[in-house]
Amino acid sequence: MSNDTPLQKKLPWRWTEGDLTVTRSNAWSGPGCHEGCGVLLYTDSAGTLVKVEGDPENPFNQGRLCVRCLALPEVTYHPDRLLFPQKRAGERGEDKWERISWEEAYDTIVEKFNGYKEEFGAESVVFCQGTGRDVTWANGRLCYGFGSPNSSDFQSGMACYLPRLASLYATTGNFLVADCSQYFPARYDDPRWTPSECIVVWGCNPIISNADGFFGHWVVDCMQRGSKLIVVDPRLTWLAAKADIWLQIRPGTDAAMALAWLDVIIREGLYDEDFVEKWTLGFDRLAERVAEYPVAEMAKVTWVPQEKIEAAARMFAKSKPAAVQWGLAIDMTKESLPAGQAVTALWTVTGNVDIPGGMITTFLPYGADIWGGDWGYSHLPKETKDRRIGLDKYPLLRWGLPLAQADEIVEAMLTDDPYPIKAVWLQASNALACMGADPEKLLKAFRRMEFVVTIDIFKTPTAVACADILLPALTFPEKDGLRAVWYHIGNINKAIEPVGEGKSDATVAIELGHRFNPDSVPWTGAVEYFDSVLEGTEMTFEEMREAGGVLYPDYEYKKYEKALERADGEIGFNTPSGRIELCSSAYERSGLDPLPYFEEPTESPLSTPDLYKEYPIVLTSGARTWGSFHSEHRQIPILRAMRPEPLVEVHPETCERYGVADGDWIWIENHRGRVKRKVHATQIIDPRVINADHGWWYPEQEAAEPSLYGMWDVNFNKLIPWDPGRSGFGANYKSLLCKIYKVADGEGA
Amino acid sequence: MSRNGLLIDYHYCTGCLSCDFACNQEFGFPLGQSGMKVAQHGPWLIGEDKWEYLFVPAVTELCTLCSKRVKSGKLPTCVQHCQAAVITYGPLEELAKRMVGKTKHVLFSR
Repeated sequence: MSNDTPLQKKLPWRWTEGDLTVTRSNAWSGPGCHEGCGVLLYTDSAGTLVKVEGDPENPFNQGRLCVRCLALPEVTYHPDRLLFPQKRAGERGEDKWERISWEEAYDTIVEKFNGYKEEFGAESVVFCQGTGRDVTWANGRLCYGFGSPNSSDFQSGMACYLPRLASLYATTGNFLVADCSQYFPARYDDPRWTPSECIVVWGCNPIISNADGFFGHWVVDCMQRGSKLIVVDPRLTWLAAKADIWLQIRPGTDAAMALAWLDVIIREGLYDEDFVEKWTLGFDRLAERVAEYPVAEMAKVTWVPQEKIEAAARMFAKSKPAAVQWGLAIDMTKESLPAGQAVTALWTVTGNVDIPGGMITTFLPYGADIWGGDWGYSHLPKETKDRRIGLDKYPLLRWGLPLAQADEIVEAMLTDDPYPIKAVWLQASNALACMGADPEKLLKAFRRMEFVVTIDIFKTPTAVACADILLPALTFPEKDGLRAVWYHIGNINKAIEPVGEGKSDATVAIELGHRFNPDSVPWTGAVEYFDSVLEGTEMTFEEMREAGGVLYPDYEYKKYEKALERADGEIGFNTPSGRIELCSSAYERSGLDPLPYFEEPTESPLSTPDLYKEYPIVLTSGARTWGSFHSEHRQIPILRAMRPEPLVEVHPETCERYGVADGDWIWIENHRGRVKRKVHATQIIDPRVINADHGWWYPEQEAAEPSLYGMWDVNFNKLIPWDPGRSGFGANYKSLLCKIYKVADGEGA
Repeated sequence: MSRNGLLIDYHYCTGCLSCDFACNQEFGFPLGQSGMKVAQHGPWLIGEDKWEYLFVPAVTELCTLCSKRVKSGKLPTCVQHCQAAVITYGPLEELAKRMVGKTKHVLFSR
């Protein structure tokens, strides 16, 4: 008796079971998801997708799946799917469209984009994306192939993952993840791996969010293998309830918390002297800085008792190995880079770098140019690169990811400064309803555009408001592709014919790329492109799927000791000093403070006491729910039933104070606007804080303006300004102030 | 002949509902119906820093222990898809033995 799968290992990539055909694949967007779990796609004799199961032979998820993949057929065959290219037949904001051919769509896009290029330069067209994951490389290829240096997203401070990436690349020369054995095909049974003694879950709820290629239930696997938990979260999550220590932090004070831990660890000598001495730079300066953030003071700042912070810091420092599974809350503080730097220092000074069960360094699997890469950027002429938006204001962008700065793009769209922006290519992004701050401002910026193209699997409020051409993308069973986030690479295998005339983002990148500039895409089609990026595997796309469709590169720990970490093949880390820079030369070079610091949220009980009198509740947002990926899946009945309406979590005492009750519709208001939410009274949140859902719209409501699928009344972003951190990274999406009151009769639900 | 059942370590059930959904899809039940439904208890504060926050899956009359899947060499769909890997399928006697000395486990026979 055992739960070990009795299936024969090494099944082929396609086989039959009774009347059904089974196609093995990797579930990588659309619909949106970071993960790329191994899936088995069951199709009937008519070629219809009838069922999705987890692939028990895929080490990543080991047969497991979440509800969104289990419900995938309902997404793929939903009657609202975009099925063919359309052009706008009325005014922007009207929901009037005319069906066109791909040829006409491509011709129009090429004519328009090339026209702006001729008159205003290629940089006048920006290419932005959402969190589609399998669109990342396609977006980059299109942007740089066209000749524009402006690839980004419409999110203030690019405040999702990118701040942590930028922070880690700047200070360690690589990215690090909590080691839950994910680099080994044999997973928990691999003798090289050992479970963390302590895992810190910081600013995320990984079992629901599954962010950044990290399958959240790995934390639960590790708990079952003995790992203890510390959870830093303003809400009692399930993980927090199971944790040894839960620190109920005031939203936006993550850097203060990390600095307080460092204060305890350094003062009490709980750091790894040997590692600090051999492999880090600037420890003394870090210690001086940390002394400015004594734990007693930070307890007041973070609203967490001093003893609890000390207990957590000691527990973490005395556990080895220990790991930190961190999340979006770090990115969504305005000074996110120093916040990330402080958390990085925690696992660094305790010597938990690149050891089993610690924080391990990562690489693109086989160097495949998918999840990250150059995507043709290096081929842009220097004068074009120099015109990337945001470079002057945010010099750090010169040394890290070649992103254009999002807030500056929106400014340029509104003001023509530093130069006019004429067109936007928007891929897998519902920016108005989901990732963008202040949507009224963003809409104004879009309205100044002469031409906007969106490509997505469903029509969104953003498309109805802004798009001139609407292109249909595909769900993953309809396409071939590659899944590559860190640990392994795998085939996305097409199991069904596209439901309509949609094309994969990969195919569009190649076909439209040919029309932009044939030299930029020297591949005849998507599969030939995949073959080229798989060079490092010494397999073709076809060969890889015949071999099982999932490849794991060899993994080694302590690469910094083995000359496997640096680009130049020397020993050490991939930084200028070869060490992890606790005091960062990259930041210094960019005119930034080289050491971690904490800055109060721009609006908070401590930074704006007068505003706090008027808006006496701290407001946070962004907690994820099982049935949706941000603003997606709202039209899928079985998933919508899990969260039919946008909720706000309010402590019962707070409900009483403001005369609202569980189930009431209330307004959440600040000085920028107000949005509706339904009250969920719960003790999981501090009475001084409320937590509102994000990413809401109602696909069942009127699409045309002014409704935009009922978006305006429930669009949380109305409360958030475009206001990034000093580095250009980070924004206070999760730490605002507000007041609440009941929705009056006649104001609707 | 020994009958089979499901042993669930509900201490680690995260309430992800993959069991419920996988069963619903496997058998095409109407929206909301499944051979496995998950009850939620809490979150309630029940002492200083002590919370009741449990999810407890329970089989319904619709559960067949996936007899067809099992015959073809697969695990019951709830067992395979459980994200927290807390459901074990096997002969009741063996599961009962395994349960001895454990807390927060529940055994279902069909």
